[in-house]
Amino acid sequence: MGFSCHDVGLVYPTRDGGLAALDKVSFDQKDEEFLCIVGPSGCGKSTLLKIIAGLMAPTSGKIVLRRTSEKGRPLNSLVFQEHGVFPWMSVLDNAAIGLEMQGVSKEERHRRARAFLQPFGLSQFASRYSHELSVGMRQRVAIARAFLTDPYMLLMDEPFGSLDAMTKLILQKELLRIWEEHKKLVVYVTHDLDEAVLLADRVLIMTGRPGRIREEFSIPLPRPRQLNDGNRPEILRIKERIWAILEEEMGKSLEAAS
Amino acid sequence: MSRRAERSTWLTILLFAIALGGWEVVSRTGVLPPFFFPPPSVIAVTLKRLLLSGELLEHLGATLGRVVFGFLLGGIPAYLIGMWMGCSPDARRLLDPFVAALHPVPKISMLPIIMIVLGVGSTARIAVIALSTFFPLLINTMAGVRQIHPIYFEVARNYGAGRLQILRKVVIPGSLPFVLAGARVALNVALSLTIAVELITADHGIGKMIWLAWQTLRIEDVYAGVVMAAAIGLGIRAVIQFLTHRLVPWQVETHS
Repeated sequence: MGFSCHDVGLVYPTRDGGLAALDKVSFDQKDEEFLCIVGPSGCGKSTLLKIIAGLMAPTSGKIVLRRTSEKGRPLNSLVFQEHGVFPWMSVLDNAAIGLEMQGVSKEERHRRARAFLQPFGLSQFASRYSHELSVGMRQRVAIARAFLTDPYMLLMDEPFGSLDAMTKLILQKELLRIWEEHKKLVVYVTHDLDEAVLLADRVLIMTGRPGRIREEFSIPLPRPRQLNDGNRPEILRIKERIWAILEEEMGKSLEAAS
Repeated sequence: MSRRAERSTWLTILLFAIALGGWEVVSRTGVLPPFFFPPPSVIAVTLKRLLLSGELLEHLGATLGRVVFGFLLGGIPAYLIGMWMGCSPDARRLLDPFVAALHPVPKISMLPIIMIVLGVGSTARIAVIALSTFFPLLINTMAGVRQIHPIYFEVARNYGAGRLQILRKVVIPGSLPFVLAGARVALNVALSLTIAVELITADHGIGKMIWLAWQTLRIEDVYAGVVMAAAIGLGIRAVIQFLTHRLVPWQVETHS
């Protein structure tokens, strides 16, 4: 079970022969594993996520899934940093969109969506539109929606990237709680080191463009986790090592750009 | 309505009253010749007379009929082609040069050509009006589709939406604010064209009423016609506002 990336590469066609965004990305992920991918900006993390989601085809290599197909259960759900929640649908319809696409009747999908909005504190906002919600609330809707369809894997692209520090902590805690409850395979892209260490079982570090996997770290923190777990000495040491690598990679990117 | 919106509504009414009052005074005292600039009270009496004689409603009905029919006739294909061009880069490449070339041509200048093809009758008149509504709506519909953020399409596809579902759940609702803005422009252009066409060829309509009054030097009747045209413009604004409230309640309410 799980999936693996085999030498995934992506070259954007350009006039002078193409721009390599990803180069031989290989890793393996187990079921129910929370994986964070960290890298300097522009390293192709989001592109990699879209390839895993099947929204883009790699120019080389492949994604191999190891699972028995279950009818009606979607393969993956994506959560984006913003623009994920449709402004022209109510919170309830937004949450239920995955079920709607699966052909679940209106009554049934609204019932199930309501049940899912409740633990996110969104019940009283069910009939609101997204412009009436804060950014944090919108991301709650996007996450509730992703869990609601019960996908095989959850793919998150800096979902808390545009939140203020306080809201971010609250949503990280909520995400940890709901993930403990549902235990899904998660690929989570971020550039926030503290966030990666707090959430992940394993952190992959990518190099600057073209993106490759440079190193990986297991995070030996027991679950359920607490928000201040990141301050333990052994975790601080891991963060220091990751930071040193990232600094080096960002330096290389700057050099390449100049 | 917020206090601020309420205040600006009152301000609009006040400004309108001041303008009318000023006009009345300037005309009554002879600062401007009342024959060419009849005071609003006289225009109001004229409107009442035309209304009671049934003449006004007949002309109004003819004009409104042309505006609405022309708008539907030009607007429906404009919406469909605009949708197609918004969704398909190939369609844009194919059709955009035609749009760019034909859009700026004043449609009234095509009336003679259209009359040669369709004959000197109501068909030619409606065709010109329909043509004038076509481009504003087409261009806005296309722009409305293209400004939808690409992530919305990815989210819909990710949740398993097919082409038809993407159209229903993303493209149509996402472009609607732009389409309504385009409809407002198209309706106003249709009104202008209707009046222009009526001035030249029709036997009924506000434009015809204005022209007949001008020819017989009934200046207050000319003004009555202009006031009616302005009233239709206000009506168009009200209809679009109503539709916007009903169809796009999700748009951030900015006071217009």
